[in-house]
Amino acid sequence: MAVHAFAKSTGRRNRVPGGVGQHTGWRAIMFLLPSWLLLAVFFFVPILLTFYFAFTNLSLTGTSSLATKFVGFQNFVSMFQDPTFRISVIKTIVFLLFSAVIGQQVLGLLLAVLMNERHRLFRSAIGVLVIAGWVTPEIVVAFIFYAFFSDGGTLDTFLSVFHVQPIAWLYAFPMVSVIIANIWHGTAFSMMVYQAALGDVPKEILESAAIDGAGRFQRFVRVTLPMIKGSIATNMMLITLQTLGVFTLIYSLTGGGPGNRTTTLPIYMYQQAFSDYQLGYGTAISLILLMIGIVASFVYLRMLKVKL
Amino acid sequence: MKKRTVCIGSSIVLACVGLSGCATNSSHAAPAQTSHQQAAASTTKPRVITVAYQQFGNPPYFNQEWLQQAAQQFEKQYHGVTVKLEPIEASENDFYTKIDLMMKSASTAPDVVTEDTFLINADGSAGYLQPLNAEVKSWPDWSEFSAAMKSGSTSNSGEVYGVPYSTDTRGLYYDVKIFKEAGLPVPWHPKNWNDVLNAAKKIKEKVPGVVPLWMQVGKATGEATTMQTFEMLLYGTHDTLYDAAKHKWIVQSPGFLNSLKWIQTVYADGLGPSFSQILNAQAGNIESQQLMPQQKIGIALDGNWLPGSWQKNGPSPWPDGTKAYQLTAMPTEFGQAPGYTSMSGGWALSISHLSQNKQLAWDFIKIATDKKNMEWYDVHQGNLAPRKDIANDPAYENAPGQFFKVATGFEKFTHFRPANSQYPSVSTQIQAAVEAVATGALTPEQAMQQYANNVQRIVGASNTETVSK
Repeated sequence: MAVHAFAKSTGRRNRVPGGVGQHTGWRAIMFLLPSWLLLAVFFFVPILLTFYFAFTNLSLTGTSSLATKFVGFQNFVSMFQDPTFRISVIKTIVFLLFSAVIGQQVLGLLLAVLMNERHRLFRSAIGVLVIAGWVTPEIVVAFIFYAFFSDGGTLDTFLSVFHVQPIAWLYAFPMVSVIIANIWHGTAFSMMVYQAALGDVPKEILESAAIDGAGRFQRFVRVTLPMIKGSIATNMMLITLQTLGVFTLIYSLTGGGPGNRTTTLPIYMYQQAFSDYQLGYGTAISLILLMIGIVASFVYLRMLKVKL
Repeated sequence: MKKRTVCIGSSIVLACVGLSGCATNSSHAAPAQTSHQQAAASTTKPRVITVAYQQFGNPPYFNQEWLQQAAQQFEKQYHGVTVKLEPIEASENDFYTKIDLMMKSASTAPDVVTEDTFLINADGSAGYLQPLNAEVKSWPDWSEFSAAMKSGSTSNSGEVYGVPYSTDTRGLYYDVKIFKEAGLPVPWHPKNWNDVLNAAKKIKEKVPGVVPLWMQVGKATGEATTMQTFEMLLYGTHDTLYDAAKHKWIVQSPGFLNSLKWIQTVYADGLGPSFSQILNAQAGNIESQQLMPQQKIGIALDGNWLPGSWQKNGPSPWPDGTKAYQLTAMPTEFGQAPGYTSMSGGWALSISHLSQNKQLAWDFIKIATDKKNMEWYDVHQGNLAPRKDIANDPAYENAPGQFFKVATGFEKFTHFRPANSQYPSVSTQIQAAVEAVATGALTPEQAMQQYANNVQRIVGASNTETVSK
């Protein structure tokens, strides 16, 4: 929020004197041209190519790799007839809902609220611990949780103290395992967003609400939450997009298995494109993934009635 | 809002039309361009040839040692040329993907590449490999290669895409000690699938703490799941994978269903290993390098090369391995003629189409696949030799700690995988079906239906057929 306000105010200040002349306009374009070119080459062309490949039978090997044909909507038609695709859409939504929307979002907010207005030492100690999960590279997180959940791993060893038989967590509860790993990895981001947002809530309003007789819970629900609505929407959108794209963590923990039990769309896309050699089909799946991201962002903005 | 969507939509359509024009042009232009590049390259003196091969699991890597030996001999004969070995550290599936991606571009394409024969047709028709017909014609050693192995690296239209350097057969390993404890006959010659299942059940009952029956069922083990498990079953039924006469994939058949049902029974009855062991890319190494040397596996359906791991200088030395375990032929479903079945594949050395040193690459292949070098590799790796002069060599036949004689005997009733360029894509669908059935995610009927749908999508419904009886 603070950043937004600052950007707006400086923008206004720049525009006031003189306005933008024709001369400066050309100069601006000249300066922007290199970055536009780079964007075009490394960003827009790949996106357009993705759109194109999604409508072809491009493959990594075999005859169709040499004679790639335009197949219209064939990839999309077979995608919607493909039960594994339907399964992986459901898995993606489950993963998104529990690890991002519920897990990271709620836990992040809870941590931020609990840490709010506590002693600085306490805040930094807890903060460092949570952020440690976030700064750890995804592949390292995967290894940590592999060691934690694997047969006879940390969790089983710990539970054996209570005479619990060892459980192959990654095979018995694969989705729960990857969700927990992802929450551990990502919660710090939400926590930091909410810490900043809570810091922006004016103390005067909370105090006056308290004087009017609002309890702790009421103050939080009626005053704090509406005031940080913008941050909730932004955070929700960011972690949704992040979580939709999670590949490394799931792939290295379970490889999408056992069976299809953790095959989210990025995993399915990878399998189709690089293990099954169907590059065109894999690309079509990536477009659907993009659509889900766009739709989800749109829904959040509408639900919370926020303008970014 | 509406205006904007119309605008975006039309720009996407425009872009698609424009790009499709570009892409078809460039793919037509590609071969012409590369031949120019070759002509230019041949005038300058090449100094380095690269050889790409897979490296996975625990050392030692016999394929690396073999290629190194060949490289040393080559460098002695061809002064000023160095052979650069390019190990690709990847599991089997990833290796195939990586070499395909490498061979797509002239800047990364290796000169010589090791190709699994199941992929060789697909990679050949994708334009990645150089046909070697002229080269093998003037090479006297070519007549030493068995006809079956030659056909394994030759396309339907007759292009020779590689020189085979190893082949294999598959069968059942059984642990003599476990069999005696379970009261099962030794030597063991199962007559049908039921005999195998009953033996596994007896082991489960009488010998706790061991895996009664090990067979790969994971997607992570890739082609091993298709070939060592599924095809070993399917080719023992009345059905096959591919109708070579009509050029159609058989996507639904009683044999297909029975094979899946058998796999389901093994895992549902707890006769297989735990999923954390078997659904792992390392499953093959866990099996041959850990559990078998500890004699924790009763029966294993696998390739003849497993004792390669137990050699003195192998990753898991075990001189008594071929006494503790015996190799026997896999029976057909009901014991129908010829009574037994096996599958054969193998590896070949190929030259990438974009290689700029094709002549040197061919000279290297000739050295690497001569009798001495190939025999060294096959004996150490535990593979069968595709050259007749090696197969008939008593030193090879009776190599200690190997099952060469028994395994070569399986060649009488062995099968080869369909020589169709779509096979790799179909194979991954088999793996998905097998894993789904073994883990209980799908019933055999559902898995076969899903397989049929996916294969129809990949190869086109008109290239598939259903066998009902």
